[in-house]
Amino acid sequence: MYKSGDVRIPLGPQHPALKEPESFMITLRGEKITSINIKIGYNHRGIEKACEERTYIQDLYLIERICGICSHSHSTCFVQAVEEIAGLEVPKRALYIRTLVAELERVHSHLLWLGVAGHEIGFDTLLMYTWRDREIVMDILAQLTGNRVNYGINTIGGVRRDISDDHKKDIMKAMDTLEERTKYYVGVAQEEVTIIKRLSGVGILKYDDAIKLAAVGPTARASGVKRDVRHDDPYAAYGELDFKVITDTRCDVYGRTVVRLLELMESYKIIRQVITNLPEGPVTVKAPRKIPVGEAVSRYEAPRGEDVHYVKSNGTDKPDRVKVRPPTLANIQAVSHMLEDRYLADMPIVVAAIDPCFSCTDRMISIHNLDNRKKMTIPWEDLHVQSIEWHKKRGIDFSGLNRKLRKIKIK
Amino acid sequence: MLKILFQILVFPGILFLFVFALAVEFVDRRIYARIQNRMGPPWYQPIADFIKLLGKEEVVPEEADKTVFKAMPIIALTTSITASFYITLWNTKALFSFNGDVIVVLYLLTIPTLTYFLGGWYSRSVYAMIGAVRTLTQLFAYEVPLFMAILASALLANTWSLSEIAYFYSKHPWYWMCNLMGFAISLIALLGKLEKTPFDIPEAETEIVAGCFTEYGGRLLATFRLAINVEMVVGASLLAAVFLPFGLNLPVGINFIVYIVKIVFIVSLLAILRSIFARLRLDQMINLCWKYFAPVAFLQVLFNLAIKEFFVK
Repeated sequence: MYKSGDVRIPLGPQHPALKEPESFMITLRGEKITSINIKIGYNHRGIEKACEERTYIQDLYLIERICGICSHSHSTCFVQAVEEIAGLEVPKRALYIRTLVAELERVHSHLLWLGVAGHEIGFDTLLMYTWRDREIVMDILAQLTGNRVNYGINTIGGVRRDISDDHKKDIMKAMDTLEERTKYYVGVAQEEVTIIKRLSGVGILKYDDAIKLAAVGPTARASGVKRDVRHDDPYAAYGELDFKVITDTRCDVYGRTVVRLLELMESYKIIRQVITNLPEGPVTVKAPRKIPVGEAVSRYEAPRGEDVHYVKSNGTDKPDRVKVRPPTLANIQAVSHMLEDRYLADMPIVVAAIDPCFSCTDRMISIHNLDNRKKMTIPWEDLHVQSIEWHKKRGIDFSGLNRKLRKIKIK
Repeated sequence: MLKILFQILVFPGILFLFVFALAVEFVDRRIYARIQNRMGPPWYQPIADFIKLLGKEEVVPEEADKTVFKAMPIIALTTSITASFYITLWNTKALFSFNGDVIVVLYLLTIPTLTYFLGGWYSRSVYAMIGAVRTLTQLFAYEVPLFMAILASALLANTWSLSEIAYFYSKHPWYWMCNLMGFAISLIALLGKLEKTPFDIPEAETEIVAGCFTEYGGRLLATFRLAINVEMVVGASLLAAVFLPFGLNLPVGINFIVYIVKIVFIVSLLAILRSIFARLRLDQMINLCWKYFAPVAFLQVLFNLAIKEFFVK
């Protein structure tokens, strides 16, 4: 496959097109991409493992920090699984508030995406405009929860803060402004020639391929797959709300843009319904510290697609296993398919079009030897010895420190 | 002799160009920012950036060809300054002129683009090399419409000298209206020459970092940036001389102000154009230039020939 005259260019782990470290090794023939090699694992933080060593309440805040943009998605998804195991009946008002924050989060995430997409195709004016408008919804979130990101509003058995009439008024006002601005962006996307030229026909993912590659969220919906957890398997208050699942049959990046823009309009509709139908009552029930033995899978429609959490409890106050399947992990398989035979210039926008969140997705990578199919792992002790020798060769001796470390006994 | 030296070095030569180039960069950035609903930089920002870059360490990549790598920014700067000596600025007489200088100016303005290519190519970085190839590919696309549009105006004046073109249009003040089509074409081609959106393909940040300039830093980058700014002033002056040739016979002082207004007008148009479009892809850009701009420029040539045949005596 690799011919002379082909150029291999690394996009990442450090590259202006990427907001998070991830490696895309591209082989180019002229301006055309001949092959692409995606490598994840630059951002692995071991959160799943860390969850097992903390209590459920502590986990809630840790899980929230998986991702800065869809923090509420992860924490709600986790808390739903825990509540299912514990058999808690969450008050209605709490469910409505969760839905409200979820939709506000979707609004800020989609506006952020629109700006990033503009930047990737060199349309910085769109970036400046959408991020200015995103501040409105960020302010609302800060007013409701005290934070611009990582809201910390969920707790096991409900939510931590109630909303007042003042909040309601401010939200309604903000929705009017945002709806008007979004209509303007829909107009821009429909009329601006260079945007249409750059986006349509790029990153094609046909209906069959979307099903085969298990795409989720706006990526799948833009290929005509009507897949939305809010509609298919309603959680929180979505079962009582009226909204449409936006789909598009263009199958390209332009379709994904349209889907996200129209979803913004749906989100405004949902938020208005939540505010007007907000039931009275408490916002939380008392949850036990120790969760009974059991396991649960919880699904949630994050701004980027379906988020799946699996929680297994063992009767103590700490979970036995937490597993996160974020939407980007489902969508990233489709990226190399979308980029087949495309130009280098399409690369950033195609990757951006799935709205990737690499910090959600990152897994640990283990290397297998191709000859004997064995895992190649280096034990901690060997790594330790290696590092000491590496430094000794360069004239740095840590043997004093080494003796000390031995006393502490490294596992 | 001393007067010529003063004219070359200070006014309207090198020093004036430097100051004006930095001022024009400020205008460009400010308008771009205001359209984007931002505050934009204060007036001294371009100067501050320039001084800061001058103070930075100069790093040359190990694999780069050191002579070429270091020489290119200076060549870019000198050629764009040289081009300015042949352009009529605020009166009908350029500093130097001979019959055929319009061709020389166009070629002198091509050399900076070639220096970007060579500088990028010889820095041996993949991003810079892809940027270099893109620079050259793009050059072949916009250069033809630009040449045709500017030469069409010269055809109408029946001369190949910029000073005589200015003289012709000051004698026949309303003929500049014939060249509006050519003005639009060359304005867009100038965007390509200056590598600004929608034609900033060679330095597309999200694809190839900074294109040809990826490996440049410190004094060398400062020189390159100054060269681009000077090129912007010189390019705008060329457009003003060829397509907006009015106010040349006004008293001294007023014609200078008219000149400044013309340049700021052209730079503002460039800033507006670059803020309302997304970056095109290379194939789309070449299509656009050959399919639409080149025929329109050719139409302008035919139109001007007809006008010359029937009206100009």
